[in-house]
Amino acid sequence: MIINGTQIEETFAEAFGMSATRIIITAIDAKWARIAGETMTGFATSVIGCGVEAGIETELHPTQTPDGRHGVSVLLFAMSGKALAKQLETRVGQCVLTCPTTAVFSGMQGEKQIPLGKNLRYFGDGYQISKQIGEKRYWRVPVMDGEFLCEESVARTSAVGGGNFLVLANHQQQALTACEKAIAEMGKLPNVIMPFPGGIVRSGSKVGSKYKSLMASTNDAYCPTLRGLVNSNLDNDIGGVMEIVINGLTEADVRQATRIGITAVCEVGAAGGIKRISAGNYGGKLGQFHFHLREVMA
Amino acid sequence: MSMPSLKLRAVLNHRLDMSPFTPEFVADKSADEIARTPIWLGNRQVDTGELFEIRDNASESLLIQSESDKLDMIGAAMKHGSILVEGNAGAYLGRSMTGGEIRINGNAGLAAGCAMRAGSLVIEGDAGDFLGGALTGERQGMRGGRISVQGNCGDRVGDLMRRGTILIGGNAGDFCASRMVAGTIIVLGQCGRHTASGMRRGSLITAGKPTSLPATFNRNGIHSLSFLTLLRQQIASQTGFSGLSEIANEVERWVGDLSCDGRGEILILQS
Repeated sequence: MIINGTQIEETFAEAFGMSATRIIITAIDAKWARIAGETMTGFATSVIGCGVEAGIETELHPTQTPDGRHGVSVLLFAMSGKALAKQLETRVGQCVLTCPTTAVFSGMQGEKQIPLGKNLRYFGDGYQISKQIGEKRYWRVPVMDGEFLCEESVARTSAVGGGNFLVLANHQQQALTACEKAIAEMGKLPNVIMPFPGGIVRSGSKVGSKYKSLMASTNDAYCPTLRGLVNSNLDNDIGGVMEIVINGLTEADVRQATRIGITAVCEVGAAGGIKRISAGNYGGKLGQFHFHLREVMA
Repeated sequence: MSMPSLKLRAVLNHRLDMSPFTPEFVADKSADEIARTPIWLGNRQVDTGELFEIRDNASESLLIQSESDKLDMIGAAMKHGSILVEGNAGAYLGRSMTGGEIRINGNAGLAAGCAMRAGSLVIEGDAGDFLGGALTGERQGMRGGRISVQGNCGDRVGDLMRRGTILIGGNAGDFCASRMVAGTIIVLGQCGRHTASGMRRGSLITAGKPTSLPATFNRNGIHSLSFLTLLRQQIASQTGFSGLSEIANEVERWVGDLSCDGRGEILILQS
């Protein structure tokens, strides 16, 4: 399959089942809502080292938030509900509770609940106030700028993490430009995040390492500087490879994001130096979700 | 599902215990069966058919039509369904109800919604003393649900209230929110004397400064509280309370009652 001169490789991305949640952070204005969202989703690129993968899903207009202020919705993905709950509590406690003017709300409904304000309320040292409004319980925690308002719990759901595709270009800059275009389009989609810096990964990994202490190491088959040294997957004209990793609430969300992303990259096409689209997998034995690139783009 | 209507035939000289007639009780009964149901009138039992005209009502609500204020315990302990009262109700309207909705277009007597745990009680007229209060001897009053009164209320609204929301469109009498344990009371009119006396926790939100506050309340200052946005959205859709949507979050806050737990609050809306 060739789209606009770019070859779509006959391969598939292998993704995993994860546990996910969505919270809504509001603040006095869009700037502070975004600061809170960015802070709590910092150091959240990969579960391998960060415990959680998180990102801002979208910015919210005051008409879209529970308390009528500017906000952001944040998606968090972890390998288990327990890990998700721990990371959520830590990150909201350290990054949102501390951020001026913020409030936090549940962003999804569901039967499985994890604590949000349920434990954070103890920061109030006994002066916290519970408020039941409708079917939901909120906590009002006294802080130095007034009150931190926090919903008691948030739903979690099963989700899909680790969808991906690789962009192989003549030069590093060409790969980056194409990936930036893809992220711009994918960022408009609901229910997905691309957790790596700017949505783009330059250090794709393989499972295992020559060093026993490492679970993962550089994806040598796609490193241009290792061509001729290892069993490389790169043609001689490939000078830069970048990866976009996609986490979504459902398989369909990841599939759609993959399609939108690859389409955007292919619009740059061979004329822009994009030679090939590939994907990362582990032979299909580790992840239960397989996104065959040619099927996705068909 | 079609529910019956019960129309009071005569003027009552004694109080009448209406507690048997919950939606779940009448749902699978014929008019004859309902007519044969014994009810307490004062200290004697009579058949319901002696006092009420019973008809099929093309509605999903159990309809009770009465101008008497002696029909006590309407909807007591009801779990689900709907009761519509055309006229007035006596004491203990919706006592200990755990679900469903009661709507009355007249006035309610003493202790409406007392010991209520869930559900909705809408009173379009006035309500008597001890609205949302406790059963005699119990240490906690209303424990959930929502009471909405479009008119005025008597004394001791929300006495010992533990959870839930009480909305009052008019004025509240003396000792409003007395001994309140937790929950939310909103009074769009004026509260009487000794407001929130013995209040431990919970919120009393009022549009007008109470006539008098206990000396054991301290002024906390003017604040803008974001939870009020959520509360306002929740109740502004209620008939008679739409005006709340135009009120800002700014409140004058008083904290107390410092003679007991002292973690309650009176929020006076700043128009």
